Amino acid sequence: VIIPITVAVLTACGAWMISRGGGVRLVLGFVLLGHAANLILISAGGTARREAPLVGTDVDLAHMADPLPQAFVLTAIVITFGVTVYLLSLVSRTEQDRRQDFSDEEDTR
Amino acid sequence: VSALLPLFVAVPVLSAVLVVATQRRIVRRAVGIVVPAAVSVAGIALVIATRDGQVVVAQVGGWPGGIAITFVADLLSALMLVVSGVLIVASIVFCYATDQDDDPWFISMALVMSAGVYGAYLTADLFNLFVMVEVALLPSYVLFTRRGSSVALRATRLYLTVSLSASTLFLIGLGLVYGVAGTVNIAALEGAGAVPTVAVSVAVILIALAVKSALFPVHSWLPATYPHASPAVTALFSGLLTKIGIYAIIRIIAVVYEPGPVLTAVVVTITLASMVIGVLGALGEQTMRGVLSFHMVSQMGYILVGVVLAGPIGMAAAVFYLVHHTIVKTSLFLTAGAVEDRMGTGRISRLGGIADSHRWTAIAFFLGALSLVGIPPLSGFWAKLGVLTAAVDAQSYLVFGVALLVSIGTLMSMLKLGTGVFWGQPHEELPDQSTGAIAVRARTRWGVGLVLPGLALAGVSLAIGVFPETLIALAETAGASLSDPAAYVEGVLAP
Repeated sequence: VIIPITVAVLTACGAWMISRGGGVRLVLGFVLLGHAANLILISAGGTARREAPLVGTDVDLAHMADPLPQAFVLTAIVITFGVTVYLLSLVSRTEQDRRQDFSDEEDTR
Repeated sequence: VSALLPLFVAVPVLSAVLVVATQRRIVRRAVGIVVPAAVSVAGIALVIATRDGQVVVAQVGGWPGGIAITFVADLLSALMLVVSGVLIVASIVFCYATDQDDDPWFISMALVMSAGVYGAYLTADLFNLFVMVEVALLPSYVLFTRRGSSVALRATRLYLTVSLSASTLFLIGLGLVYGVAGTVNIAALEGAGAVPTVAVSVAVILIALAVKSALFPVHSWLPATYPHASPAVTALFSGLLTKIGIYAIIRIIAVVYEPGPVLTAVVVTITLASMVIGVLGALGEQTMRGVLSFHMVSQMGYILVGVVLAGPIGMAAAVFYLVHHTIVKTSLFLTAGAVEDRMGTGRISRLGGIADSHRWTAIAFFLGALSLVGIPPLSGFWAKLGVLTAAVDAQSYLVFGVALLVSIGTLMSMLKLGTGVFWGQPHEELPDQSTGAIAVRARTRWGVGLVLPGLALAGVSLAIGVFPETLIALAETAGASLSDPAAYVEGVLAP
C-alpha cells in the first residue's frame, strides 16, 4: 500500500505546485510528478521480487526482479534530469531579465 | 538493407554534432539541407520497398523480435519520412532566407528534432516512442525560447508546462500498460484492447498523445503558443511535432484496438468537436499565424475521423489527409512567415493589398488556402473526398454533414486572410523604419528563398491534386495494412 499512497501524495503535490505556477515551483512540481511516474513504472514490474536478474546464478526465476521497468526508469530519470536542468536555466534567465527590467525602470525614474 | 533503418536517427544526430563543431557557416548550411534531403530520398526508397504492404524490419543488436529494440517501416512510416524530409528542407531554406541560422544552434537543434521525429515514425515499441518524442521535444523547447520577448516567454512557459505534463502522463501510461500487459511492444499488444485493463492503460497514453497533437478538449495550448515562436519554427513544429502525435494515435488505434461502437463513438465525438471548435476559433484570431494555428485543431479532426470509419477505406482517407495536411499547412505557415518577415507584422488589421506587390507570395498563399478548403484540382479536394466517401460508406451522415459544414468555415477563415492581407488597399500606416529596412533587404537579397519554400510545397499540393492516382493507391495500401496489421505484427515479432 505504501507505493500507491506515495504516488498519490507525489502527484497531488506536483500537480498543485504546477498549477500555482511560476519559477522554481514549476520545476519542483515537475520533479515530483516525475518521481510519481517512476514509482508507477517500478511497481509495474512487481515489488515483491527483488533478487538480481542475472542469468546463470542459482537465483530462482520467480524471485528475480524484472529488469525492463528498471531500464525504463533509468531512461526516464535521465530525460527528467535534462529537462530539469533546462527548466532551471530558463527560470534563472527569466529572473535575471526581471531584475534587469526593474533596474532599468529605476534608472529612468 | 533493413539493418540501415537506425541510421534515420543516428545520421541526423551525428550531423547535428558536426554542425555545432564547425565554425564555417557554409558547411552548417549545407549539412542542414543535405541531411533531410537524403532522408527524403531514403524515404522514397522505403516507399518503393513497402508499396505492396510489406514491412522492412531491423531488430537492433540481432535480438529476437519482442525483445529487441525494433525499427520497422511500413508504407505509412515511409510516406511520413518522405514528407517530413521535404518539409524540413523547405523550412530550413526559409530559415536561411530570414537569417535565422545566425544562431549557430538553430540548425543543430532542428536536426536533433528531426531525428526524434524519424525515430518516432519507425519505432515499434511504446517506450521507444516515448523516448523519440522526448528527443524531438527537447530541441523544440530550445527553439521556442530563442526569441526571448516577454510575450514569447509566457507562451514558452505554457508550452513547456503542457508539453511536460503530457510527457509525464505518457510515462504513467507506460507504467500502467507494462503492469497489466507485461509488454510495451506495439505489435505484441495487437488486439489487447479487448482486455478492459489494457484498453484503459493504453487510453492514458492516447490522452497524452492527444494533448501533443492538440485535439479537442486539450487543444487550447496550441493556438496560444505556436504563433509566438519564430515563423520558421512554427512551420517546423506544425509539420513535425503535432504529426508524430497523430501518427502514433493512428498506429496505436489500428493495432491495439478492435473496431467497435464505443471506440467509434469516442473518436467521432472528439474529432467532430475538434473540427468545429478549431474552425470557429480560427475565425476569431487576429493574426495570420493565429488563424492558421487555430485552424490546425480543426484539421486534426479531419485526419483522425477516418480511423474509425469503414475500415480500410477510412484508414486510407486518414493516411491521405495526413500527408496532404502536413504539406499544405507547412506551406501556409511558411508563406505567412514570409509576409510577416517582409511587412514586419502578422496582424491582419495592419496588412492589406499584398497581392499587387508580391504576386508569387499571393499565389503560394491562395494555392495553399484553396487546397485547405478542398477545391479541385488541389490535394485537399481528394483528401476531403476520401473522408466524405468513408463517412458515406460507414453510413455516418453526422460526420458527412459536419465535415461539409466545417469546410465552409475553413473557406471563411481563409477568405478572412485573403481579403485582409492580400486583397484590398495597402494599409496606410507604413511599417516603422527598422522593419522597413528588413523588408527592403529581404526583397532585394533573399526574395526567392523567402517565397520559394512555401510556393514549392503549394506546388506539391497542386501536383498531388492533378495526379492523385499514385498517392491514392499508396494510401489505399497503407490503409489496408493498417486495418489488418498482420504483416506489421509478424514482421516486428519475427525471430
